[in-house]
Amino acid sequence: MSLPLRDMARSGLLLTAFAVAGALLVGLIWQATAERIAENARQAVLRQIDELVPPDARDNDPYHDMVEIADWRLDPRGPTPVYRAFLDGEPVAALYAATAPNGYGGPIRLLVAVCPNGVLIGVRVVSHRETPGLGDYIDRARSDWIDQFDGRSLDAPPEYFWRPRREGGAFDHATGATITARAVVDAVHHVLDYHRARGSRLLFPDGPRMGQP
Amino acid sequence: MTQPSYSTITRDGLWYNNPATVQLLGLCPLLAVTGTAVNGLGLGLATLLVLVLSNVTVSLIRDWVRPEIRIPIFIVVIASFVTAVELIMDAWFHDLHKILGIFIPLIVTNCAILARAESFASRNSVPRAFADGLAMGLGFAAVLVLLGAFRELLGHGTLFQQADLMFGPAFADLQLTLFERQGMLAAILPPGAFIGLGLLIAAMNVINQRRERRRRAEAAVQPAEQAGA
Repeated sequence: MSLPLRDMARSGLLLTAFAVAGALLVGLIWQATAERIAENARQAVLRQIDELVPPDARDNDPYHDMVEIADWRLDPRGPTPVYRAFLDGEPVAALYAATAPNGYGGPIRLLVAVCPNGVLIGVRVVSHRETPGLGDYIDRARSDWIDQFDGRSLDAPPEYFWRPRREGGAFDHATGATITARAVVDAVHHVLDYHRARGSRLLFPDGPRMGQP
Repeated sequence: MTQPSYSTITRDGLWYNNPATVQLLGLCPLLAVTGTAVNGLGLGLATLLVLVLSNVTVSLIRDWVRPEIRIPIFIVVIASFVTAVELIMDAWFHDLHKILGIFIPLIVTNCAILARAESFASRNSVPRAFADGLAMGLGFAAVLVLLGAFRELLGHGTLFQQADLMFGPAFADLQLTLFERQGMLAAILPPGAFIGLGLLIAAMNVINQRRERRRRAEAAVQPAEQAGA
């Protein structure tokens, strides 16, 4: 019995050695790339903040004026970063980095810019895994679909119409890709809902309230 | 066991034993990401890199890996390289990485890579394993690009759109637009991938048959040569 036992030990050692070597390689590469990857993600968010609230419409750095909010309406999986933009001390916008959990290809990460009074400035898709060529029309690089949110609010259109046109709602969508549109529309609606219920007061305790634009 | 010549390795990888069209391996990423030529090229190059690295490594360690644990070891080797390539792509080709998404980590499950490790690299010298990885990887990448170009052409009416994701902003103008209107939706959707791959394989078979017929015809004219072959 001693021979097979020794064989087993040698096989085990060999496997361990390769696992350690593999982990070491991945660890080293991770260390070399982690900073760049985080920077890439940061740049992507910064670019979209600039698109939604241009630098001349604010005088603070929203990226660093960030509050984390945990609410299932914004992201069922964890806290949502919310960036705040101010001009001359007056609140300009809250940018919710909300997530639509029910996209066709998985969660769709959004950046939803809302005025303190609850009017939408605009929405951008930060990352998604929708079907290329079919569900990726939500990406502004692909189509201007996402622009139809500009200027909307909880009352425009009324609650019932916050759904894709196919279901009787007010929002266009690409044929055959309703799930994608529904996920984004729902997520944006959730943000507005949260913003009216709590967000506006929480983020801008000194700013204008809902209903007093 | 005699080692195959480099020209055989090259011809096998690119044509006669092409991993995608002859061995029909790694079809999941092949069919899923070939919506455009640039996406195909991105995944093709990532696969090529992993294939070369894993082939060389497996060939290097072929003398001390015990046969009963060779498969787990190959998988550890392949998975490590894939993760490394994914991190590198995320760092330097961020936008392309975003598009290819889940299919980069899925290179681990591309049977073409494990198949080459098992059936070639673990039995051949390092330079030959390197050549095999290169030839097979190029063959796979070529099919990805061809299929991507075919589907992009029919579906979007363009060629090499978003080339800037891969080569930098200077290449954003590489896009060729053939027609502006909405193309064939079916070409972009998964069925388009199956049909495109089928047509590609059919074309290869036709070419092979033509060649075979010509060779036979020549052999019939010169029976002496036939005896030699």
